Amino acid sequence: MASIFQVIGAATAAVSSSTSFDTKKFQLCSRRSVSERKSSFVVVKASGSNRIGSRADQLVTNAVATKADTPPAASKPGHELLLFEALREGLEEEMERDARVCVMGEDVGHYGGSYKVTKGLADKYGDLRVLDTPIAENSFTGMGIGAAMTGLRPIIEGMNMGFLLLAFNQISNNCGMLHYTSGGQFKIPVVIRGPGGVGRQLGAEHSQRLESYFQSIPGIQMVACSTPYNAKGLMKAAIRSDNPVILFEHVLLYNLKERIPDEEYVLNLEEAEMVRPGEHVTILTYSRMRYHVMQAAKTLVNKGYDPEVIDIRSLKPFDLYTIGNSIKKTHLVLIVEECMRTGGIGASLTAAINENFNDYLDAPIVCLSSQDVPTPYAGTLEEWTVVQPPQIVAAVEQLCR
Amino acid sequence: MAFAGAKIIQPLTVHASATRSPDPFTNNKSTSLSSPFLGSTRTLTLTRSVSPFTQRRSASTVVAVSDVVKEKKVKATSNLLLTKEEGLEVYEDMYLGRAFEDMCAQMYYRGKMFGFVHLYNGQEAVSSGFIKLLKKEDSVVSTYRDHVHALSKGVPARAVMSELFGKKTGCCRGQGGSMHMFSAEHNVLGGFAFIGEGIPVATGAAFTSKYKREVLKEDDCDHVTLAFFGDGTANNGQFFECLNMAALWKLPIIFVVENNLWAIGMSHLRATSDPEIWKKGPAFGMPGIHVDGMDVLKVREVAKEAIGRARRGEGPTLVECETYRFRGHSLADPDELRDPAEKAHYAKRDPITQFKKYLIESKLATEADLKAIEKKIDEVVEDAVEFADESPAPSRSQLLENVFADPRGFGIGPDGKYRCEDPKFTEGTAQV
Repeated sequence: MASIFQVIGAATAAVSSSTSFDTKKFQLCSRRSVSERKSSFVVVKASGSNRIGSRADQLVTNAVATKADTPPAASKPGHELLLFEALREGLEEEMERDARVCVMGEDVGHYGGSYKVTKGLADKYGDLRVLDTPIAENSFTGMGIGAAMTGLRPIIEGMNMGFLLLAFNQISNNCGMLHYTSGGQFKIPVVIRGPGGVGRQLGAEHSQRLESYFQSIPGIQMVACSTPYNAKGLMKAAIRSDNPVILFEHVLLYNLKERIPDEEYVLNLEEAEMVRPGEHVTILTYSRMRYHVMQAAKTLVNKGYDPEVIDIRSLKPFDLYTIGNSIKKTHLVLIVEECMRTGGIGASLTAAINENFNDYLDAPIVCLSSQDVPTPYAGTLEEWTVVQPPQIVAAVEQLCR
Repeated sequence: MAFAGAKIIQPLTVHASATRSPDPFTNNKSTSLSSPFLGSTRTLTLTRSVSPFTQRRSASTVVAVSDVVKEKKVKATSNLLLTKEEGLEVYEDMYLGRAFEDMCAQMYYRGKMFGFVHLYNGQEAVSSGFIKLLKKEDSVVSTYRDHVHALSKGVPARAVMSELFGKKTGCCRGQGGSMHMFSAEHNVLGGFAFIGEGIPVATGAAFTSKYKREVLKEDDCDHVTLAFFGDGTANNGQFFECLNMAALWKLPIIFVVENNLWAIGMSHLRATSDPEIWKKGPAFGMPGIHVDGMDVLKVREVAKEAIGRARRGEGPTLVECETYRFRGHSLADPDELRDPAEKAHYAKRDPITQFKKYLIESKLATEADLKAIEKKIDEVVEDAVEFADESPAPSRSQLLENVFADPRGFGIGPDGKYRCEDPKFTEGTAQV
């Protein structure tokens, strides 16, 4: 646990310093772009966020950037918490709101969840509502799907996302397809969530990135959270959605701390998040790599570059509006992801951008992904499998030449 | 919140509840269950029954099983196993299943339906025996051999036939096909192409029933779920995992194994280390029953007990029905591996013929009554074909509907609007 804390400490430091750093400097040199952007700092309220067509009015709050900016009065008195607590808060609020929301997974009940996301919930809601399942991923995922078809709204936790490979049958065949093959008669409002990604020397099998395997399944949505603010918002949105949603959390991000609003908010599942507006290059990223990118951004700004960083958040479907607007401005794209090179989210995103925005690109898209290697145990080797900030800096310099 | 906060008790009473297998003379009073089972009417030889449970009784009592049951039936002229109405209902249902499947075969060879079509001929006793005892709110989960389960549950023949023809008036708008029969109205939860993947879904439906009663406090919710699957599936991991979970949480589910001895070309005896599937129930803490699946009355009696058990909250049951499919695995199967003698043996025990004989001999119905039913059903099936023929095929506009319950799941396009707002979306030509 201590070693994870170290990394988190580094990540958190990177976040906070980059936050304070980029907003200060950033306000000075990109005032023009700030004024051009409309209502960037509006908090999306629960009531308005789910109307089709209302999207143009509501842009998601940039949790990282608003910190040092003049914050709206409402968010100042918010409360501070860690990412796993934010997830729990979102989950608890939804369980309170709707008695059909239930949780099932291994060790979610009495143990409180392997990353403590469901801590205390079994005491509050009982063993049936926060169900400790036996170790049978395929079957309890299927059970969650059957429960969803008959009226409940389960949240299925994979203790590690990698374990959901065992549930692939149910996720692909039933979760994704049943609404369609039943001719729309049954809906599957499940949320499948769990920690994934490369951790701190967890070994190859516990360091998998399942987003690349699930992305082709028609009928599901995938989102990845990266901050306490968007973790809570996405959790709530996923639970309220009638579609099956897979929520990817990251093992190393659970202890990130942030101040989030007291009032209720729900984020939009299909939207991307503008982390740092800029002019020179569009960097698309998600989950943990967001922090590596922000760390690299620090260095880049020092060197005189002005990167625009977007956390795509919605891995399926892609928010091509936010991404497109950015590309139309900067004409250069760098994708930084933790997925493997082959067939990952970056690969799909590259294809989607080439298809839709080819005319706006000044250079081919650069995609930095993890090596096509089973994640080694050794710390040094593991470090080299994922994308590190110096590589990001080098890639931007190369692109902008 | 008292119930919701209560801990779920782990059932450890394996031995007490497990004595449901072969012997109707099991001393019911020694167990915690209140309802006696009629028990199995196995035709298998008894030399193998060395389970710990039979050791408690002398072997001679087990020999008398079939005699006693026969005796019971003969004595029961005044104490009929079912009433005339029930008898006619069951006969009609079985005949519908047979007539429908025969028509499917005809239509397939005439090129009206394609792909994999798996027919249920010969197994009607299981479907009618079980499903006719259910309420509308109870759920049925099946496999790819699901036409007759859907029909028994109440899905109109027209809807099923249209679905097979791939028309938009089908029960799944033509999007499911033979292997994916669903009906929200009649609580038919599918129709699954991969074997075993319906069992967890059935377990989930049973979980919802328990949840509704204990968490949502709908005290009168006693919905049960039936999961139908075959002998091949009984070797699949999902089967065992769900037996465990269902017994663990005492879910109101009945696992019905339609053991027709063949999984395409794989004989059950070649695939299974212990071919007596009912034995696997007690291993998980639930009763395991074996029943003659060609006799609708025996199936019905066992079903009554199992469903009653589930409704009272006593937990799941595993029922193995020994049955047979008269046709090949699917319409594409040449069915060359099965021994003609075996086929003849079971053809002699055709469930419909047997039941017809019973109805007439016990004076529950006359030849005329049954002929009238057969005529009516033949007309229903003809009408279903006509209806399906005349129904339109799905138009392009249907392509993108139903992928998501909330179509915003297709995302936001480059123009800032949701893809589903694109006017071409409803035409089925939008870029998603």
